[in-house]
Amino acid sequence: MSYKGQFRVWRGDSDGGSLEDFEVEVNEGEVVLDIIHRLQATQAPDLAVRWNCKAGKCGSCSAEVNGRPRLLCMTRMSLFDTDEVITVTPMRAFSIVRDLVTDVSYNYEKAREVQAFTPPKDLAPGEYRMQQVDVQRSQEFRKCIECFLCQDTCHVVRDHEENKLNFSGPRFLMRIAELEMHPLDTADRRDTAQDDHGLGYCNITKCCTEVCPENIKITDNALIPMKERVAGRRYDPVVWLGNKLFKRGK
Amino acid sequence: MTEVERHNFDVIVIGAGGAGLRAAIEARERGLSTAVICKSLFGKAHTVMAEGGCAASMGNANPNDSWQVHYRDTMRGGKFLNNWRMAELHAKEAPDRVWELETYGALFDRTEDGRISQRNFGGHTYPRLAHVGDRTGLELIRTMQQKIVSLQQEDKAEFGDYEAKLKVFHECAITELLKDDSGAISGAFGYWRESGRFVLFETGAIVMATGGIGKSFQVTSNSWEYTGDGHALALRTGASLINMEFVQFHPTGMVWPPSVKGILVTEGVRGDGGVLKNSEGERFMFRYVPDVFKGQYAETEEEADRWYTDPDNNRRTPDLLPRDEVARAINTEVKEGRGSPHGGVYLDIASRMPAEEIKRRLPSMYHQFKELADVDITAEPMEVGPTCHYVMGGIEVEPDTGESTVPGLFAAGECSGGMHGSNRLGGNSLSDLLVFGRRAGMGAATYVESLERRPVVLQSDIDGAARSALSPYEPAKSEGSRENPYTLHFELQQTMNELVGIIRTGEEIEQALGRLAEIRARVRNVVVEGHRQFNPGWHLALDLRNMMVVSESVAKAALLRTESRGGHTRDDYPMLDADWRNKLLVCRASGEDSVVPDVTVEPKDQVPMRQDLLELFELSELEKYYTEAELTTHPATEGDRA
Repeated sequence: MSYKGQFRVWRGDSDGGSLEDFEVEVNEGEVVLDIIHRLQATQAPDLAVRWNCKAGKCGSCSAEVNGRPRLLCMTRMSLFDTDEVITVTPMRAFSIVRDLVTDVSYNYEKAREVQAFTPPKDLAPGEYRMQQVDVQRSQEFRKCIECFLCQDTCHVVRDHEENKLNFSGPRFLMRIAELEMHPLDTADRRDTAQDDHGLGYCNITKCCTEVCPENIKITDNALIPMKERVAGRRYDPVVWLGNKLFKRGK
Repeated sequence: MTEVERHNFDVIVIGAGGAGLRAAIEARERGLSTAVICKSLFGKAHTVMAEGGCAASMGNANPNDSWQVHYRDTMRGGKFLNNWRMAELHAKEAPDRVWELETYGALFDRTEDGRISQRNFGGHTYPRLAHVGDRTGLELIRTMQQKIVSLQQEDKAEFGDYEAKLKVFHECAITELLKDDSGAISGAFGYWRESGRFVLFETGAIVMATGGIGKSFQVTSNSWEYTGDGHALALRTGASLINMEFVQFHPTGMVWPPSVKGILVTEGVRGDGGVLKNSEGERFMFRYVPDVFKGQYAETEEEADRWYTDPDNNRRTPDLLPRDEVARAINTEVKEGRGSPHGGVYLDIASRMPAEEIKRRLPSMYHQFKELADVDITAEPMEVGPTCHYVMGGIEVEPDTGESTVPGLFAAGECSGGMHGSNRLGGNSLSDLLVFGRRAGMGAATYVESLERRPVVLQSDIDGAARSALSPYEPAKSEGSRENPYTLHFELQQTMNELVGIIRTGEEIEQALGRLAEIRARVRNVVVEGHRQFNPGWHLALDLRNMMVVSESVAKAALLRTESRGGHTRDDYPMLDADWRNKLLVCRASGEDSVVPDVTVEPKDQVPMRQDLLELFELSELEKYYTEAELTTHPATEGDRA
């Protein structure tokens, strides 16, 4: 079953732009990215959009559909009524390159600031032994396809460019949690999570979890446990006293 | 004179998938300044799509496994056309490469005793695939991406700059490789996708790691990046391609809805117990075990089902035959009227294990079918059919170093050729990337270190490259001859899919070559609108040239090979022909047009397999593939004579 769908797509660049109206054919089973591709092939050959796998695995085609952060390739047209106007806009938390393409370099900068996996010195390659139940926690976070929709939706930076300097966003706070929960990692990132990556900015509204296309429980399984670990280290009176008495820690 | 942004590196790696990242890690660890250049964002390469796992004979699931068994499986899978030296290196080194990933932070699924879990896959004798659910490729990419970050952190500590020794240029596409007067690699020319501005990389060595060619076909599991850039650039620079007629159609791609047709359904579904059925409910694969594999696969459903729990006393299910066999079988079932409503067959895991188990083992498959097709795979069977997945053919390289016939040009991964022969086994791609990515990185590093002086880029070459890249913006002479790149791409894909697809005939390939010649003439008249800033029309116009060259290589080689073997099936020559086993078809560029050159194809003999490797096989098996004259040195033959 085909019909003519009504679309409004944001077009422009860093100097500004506006929503443009298009009428496009929609066929059974299609996703929003199919429509964008049809627009390119038939009406707007220079319409800029990022995409790669078209199967929800690479996290390239992130944008906002009717204001909600989504992967264009996993947003089925059957979600919408046939007479509904569908508005496609670029991710709001990042600056515009062109049309639906945004500058996501913030994420790559933050990724570089998280201390990497620090392997145990006494284990040679092939000697690593870990139980499934122990790796499972970090594995959940490693499902992340880095679509950056959680970064886009997080209110700490969505309309607060000034917070970007001190806040790494759910994606990279989760990366810290992943490394902290890795059974064989030897580094301690609890202080830096709070001091350098802005864990304290997060007030667990769970917006990131809500938009995650991989259904990762970012807030419940990564951010809250990470906050607990920081609190345990810094504010637990028994730990504090122990550190004072035995001059452990910093 | 063209204005370009200039960079200078010891080694540049083109492509940021598994092979490219592993090569870059190696070159940087050797102390060389290294750049990685990729068309997409860092971390989005096609390797993320690999699902099932990475084959390595660690023996964690079955202690009988060894590199020799892996080697034999690989050669069988490729129908003995593989470059045996590559297959040997691959089988021997894969376990070390997987273990190394753990030291980078990878978290594979575990066995009971805490080691890396390994799963069954088509053509592998033992459970051999290290995996993370069904998202193993993502784990590989992310692990190596994070290893690169960790090397950058070391450089930041030492030099005060993350990018002092290792820099990633993402969303940057290369359009020309440049050589100096002596014919050695001197640099690469390209453009930033974001701004459309030109960029020049001066370098001593280039590692090509651009992946495959699937976007030349209509139904494919490959992403937009798979336009054969590495194949085409190497060919145009004077390197040779081998085995281009061998294209792997993965037996199980989604067939419905139309917009997702071709998206991969992992072989892990069958490895973990899923079975193929036709519309009559028959497990048809039992009827399709070819002569060369007779005796190696179960002959009844009961035996096949017992094999999952007792592999030592039962033979494996024919659902796990190598991919070429399964894809052809599905094709035949559909053709003979026993297909599913949307032109595939059924892949059933729902009736074979509890829903929770399916969700745990195959989470992305569950998710993919639920979201894209409204199918709950824990309750109903999937509909699947063949999809263009992988090209066995690629740049001809030295097995140990990855060096091509052009000095300074190296290649690894899917864009190189030889390792997989006529058909790749599932799971052997991720291990290939790691083993040969590392080797190409070492090869390039050694080559650069041996250079007495750095080859120089000529200004005239830069000017020429810029002119060629901008030609789609020049208005065509007459309005009527203006061509739309999207239309031409569609026609190219249709031609390759219909006429040089999974089943081929000489007549159809000739027809395809006729259509390709016509499309090639029109490629010159492609005109793009708009400006250079992130303009997908322009990007496609440039990629189209590469797809053109690659498609002609596939079609021409396919026409010459008058037999059926692995990923090349000729309806008019349906049998394996021992006289063809040792023949490689070598593609080279020729003619006047340097942008979309003509392709010539010539046969060439392979180096015979080393004696100790030959002796790993029973004579009775080799006789199915080899000519009698080739087997006179096998000890069993000599025994017969005595």
